[in-house]
Amino acid sequence: MSLTLDQVRRIARLARIEISTTEAEATRDQLNGIFRFIEQMQAVDTTGVEPMAHAQDVAQRLRPDQVTEQDQREAFQAIAPDVEAGLYLVPKVIE
Amino acid sequence: MIHATLKELSAALARKEISSVELTTLFLERIERLNPRLNAFITVDRQRSLAMARAADARIAAGQATVLTGIPLAHKDIFCAEGWLTTCGSKILSNFVSPYDAHVIEQFNAAGAVILGKTNMDEFAMGSSNETSYYGPVRNPWDTDTVPGGSSGGSAAAVAARLAPAATGTDTGGSIRQPAALTGISGIKPTYGVVSRYGMIAFASSLDQGGPMAKTAEDCALLLNTMAGFDARDSTSLERPREDYTRDLERPLTGLRIGLPREFFAEGLADDVRRAVEEAIAEYRRLGARTVEVSLPNLNLSVPVYYVIAPAEASSNLSRFDGVRYGYRVPEYADLLDMYCKTRAQGFGAEVKRRILIGTYVLSHGYYDAYYLQAQKIRRLIAQDYAEAFRHCDVIMGPTSPTVAFPLGAKTDDPVQMYLNDIYTIGAPLAGLPALSVPCGFGAGGLPVGLHMIGNYFSEARLFNVAHRFQRATDWHTRAPANI
Repeated sequence: MSLTLDQVRRIARLARIEISTTEAEATRDQLNGIFRFIEQMQAVDTTGVEPMAHAQDVAQRLRPDQVTEQDQREAFQAIAPDVEAGLYLVPKVIE
Repeated sequence: MIHATLKELSAALARKEISSVELTTLFLERIERLNPRLNAFITVDRQRSLAMARAADARIAAGQATVLTGIPLAHKDIFCAEGWLTTCGSKILSNFVSPYDAHVIEQFNAAGAVILGKTNMDEFAMGSSNETSYYGPVRNPWDTDTVPGGSSGGSAAAVAARLAPAATGTDTGGSIRQPAALTGISGIKPTYGVVSRYGMIAFASSLDQGGPMAKTAEDCALLLNTMAGFDARDSTSLERPREDYTRDLERPLTGLRIGLPREFFAEGLADDVRRAVEEAIAEYRRLGARTVEVSLPNLNLSVPVYYVIAPAEASSNLSRFDGVRYGYRVPEYADLLDMYCKTRAQGFGAEVKRRILIGTYVLSHGYYDAYYLQAQKIRRLIAQDYAEAFRHCDVIMGPTSPTVAFPLGAKTDDPVQMYLNDIYTIGAPLAGLPALSVPCGFGAGGLPVGLHMIGNYFSEARLFNVAHRFQRATDWHTRAPANI
């Protein structure tokens, strides 16, 4: 398997990372090197093996549906790039 | 005083031979003098540290001290600490003053420990040499032309150079143990779920685990007593009774079965490291342990499996850095999408971007089964290899790292070579097992070698015991770099 330049651009777009053509070319070569290395996984027969998502075999805890957090909006928004009237500001999305 | 263990410092504070303000000042002055050469700290805040030291002194005077009250500790800059700049080694968090404390920080604050500063690290803990930090590389105090290991390289260098009595780190694929080995200190990655990940900036959530780094295994046990504990805010924190991790320190090693995986001593292991590790194992035989050969047949697959699973989880975790709620936002952009893409392109460094792209790809439609699912299946085979090995032994031993510290820049152009550095350490986090590294000698260039030991689930107290008895019989852990 070998990634093309278009695939690298598509992945970067999915990951929301701007990438120039020069960067995309260098990245393609590096990723292909890494994937060549990862490829050795494909030779392993894993028929019937249960995927392991987690180190501990435990179930999610549930808790009563009660408010436990206090309002800390001011503290949290004090470190935001751009806020107004308690709202986070971003460039206009809807015309 | 700078070479004293936590146990000794705690006793000196209790006897009022020194105050926390004096002790904290001593280390702050060492940081001021030596950090320009080592770059081990990203943030030092003298006033804040001294205020904590004064509060600790008042607590000691009032007779309400714990064993850690007044002890200055350095924290990896991955742990959020209220009012402290918390960067995770990244430009994207270069302006992030945390509005809250990580659970680990809360625990240390409650015990009365002093925050000495925040230590440098590979960006988002992604690296094995501390060269991916936005704040520049950390230098190894044993030879400043070499790396201290990573990702907890700043914490390791700080303890090794005696800029801090002890420190915290985090380990996802070896990030506590490998830098501990390369700088001649002790460090443990506990069983997954023992230390809360709340407020510990996430890299790969199914692998990340915080742990202590110190001069001795005994100090690590003292620190873990405070760091460990159930925390409902981390959904993977385990509800277990509190343990005293120092309880078995002095237990004799007679009858201890040490498993030596033949794959740990195969091709790729440097001769100087092999020699030091084999001598350490001979010491264990003198201490009454016996060795058995075991096998970890899938060892070579652990690195490729890790470099699918960790980037997959990272690509998801790091999607939160978008320049909207906190952190860096690029000054100029055309629209919302452009703001995201430019902020992340400029805010993340090359290695972090590389891993986000790998993760995005292996999780994308059409590739998920071939990469991510296959990696998860092999992860189970790797965990089963360890389970099988522990049927024949109590602890697995080997080298922590295949070589001693390597020169700065030696592996930065070849990610795969850098990744292979973690071959011995990656298995424990994949399986969720506790693992520890202690200094066991010196190799080429007079650089430290680490002895790696992996235990079964929740066997931390036993690992500390095994490491402590070795440190009672040897003096490698007391060696400090010259010119510090």
